[in-house]
Amino acid sequence: MAPAAPRSGDAIFASVERVNAELFTLTYGAIVRQLLTDLEEVEEVNKQLDQMGYNIGIRLIDEFLAKSNVSRCVDFKETAEVIAKVGFKMFLGVTASVTNWDADGTCCSIVLEDNPLVDFVELPDTCQGLYYCNILSGVIRGALEMVSMKTEVTWIRDVLRGDDAYELQVKLLKQVPEEYPYKDDE
Amino acid sequence: MATTACFIIVSRNDIPIYEAEVGSAAKREDAAQLHQFILHAALDIVQDLAWTTSAMFLKAIDRFNDLVVSVYVTAGHTRFMLLHDSRNDDGIKSFFQEVHELYVKILLNPLYLPGSRITSSHFDTKVRALARKYL
Repeated sequence: MAPAAPRSGDAIFASVERVNAELFTLTYGAIVRQLLTDLEEVEEVNKQLDQMGYNIGIRLIDEFLAKSNVSRCVDFKETAEVIAKVGFKMFLGVTASVTNWDADGTCCSIVLEDNPLVDFVELPDTCQGLYYCNILSGVIRGALEMVSMKTEVTWIRDVLRGDDAYELQVKLLKQVPEEYPYKDDE
Repeated sequence: MATTACFIIVSRNDIPIYEAEVGSAAKREDAAQLHQFILHAALDIVQDLAWTTSAMFLKAIDRFNDLVVSVYVTAGHTRFMLLHDSRNDDGIKSFFQEVHELYVKILLNPLYLPGSRITSSHFDTKVRALARKYL
């Protein structure tokens, strides 16, 4: 039997390299600020953040699999648990919880109580439509796509918009079967 | 609580970025303009004084009848100006220090442009609460 996947990322979090939290927060803030100046439209900024997250995600998944020693997940439920408990802990230092499963187990919510990206941030009236942490949804989407799961990630709740927590809805669109670049008989 | 008090934050470019009437006295139509006028006149004195001392808190630098102007100059040369009629120096000093902390938090917000108007309602509520507590 394969070793059970780690149920929490504490051990890995203790061993990975870390940066100062404020430096991290302010750097991300500077990126969003610059995007707002360059693109002008809030909608465009959301799109760009998502794209940046996607590009991070498709690379990050490799580091995650190399360092975390998680084994293959049997179903999407386990995948979501691993993202929330191990993935978030490893890269952001916080843990999330997974709730709101739908009946056929393809759609769930990842709820973040604490989010290091948004320290100090308050949305001014001019940026009301902004999903400040949209990069996170892109990261999850990108990472899952690399392990052959097409997903759609959307924000349901956002503290910056007056809600009480951060909630990301992850919806499994389809599992792409792995394709071999060659045929058996060749 | 002081009967009359007016609090203004002036940016380093001499633009007012936050204003609040925090006194308990009944609002008078012309009071706001008068207070602005007195504080504006005091800016020149602040400019002279700020470079002669290393202290941030400049106590009672100007007066107009029974109203006194106290100023707190931050390292970035943003000026917190308070027009007051109370003589509670310790309270005023604490008020400035706590507002300074709030102001630093505002500055750390990546979506706030330094030198622009402070529109945050959270900041406004906190400042008014501090005024009730200390002045």
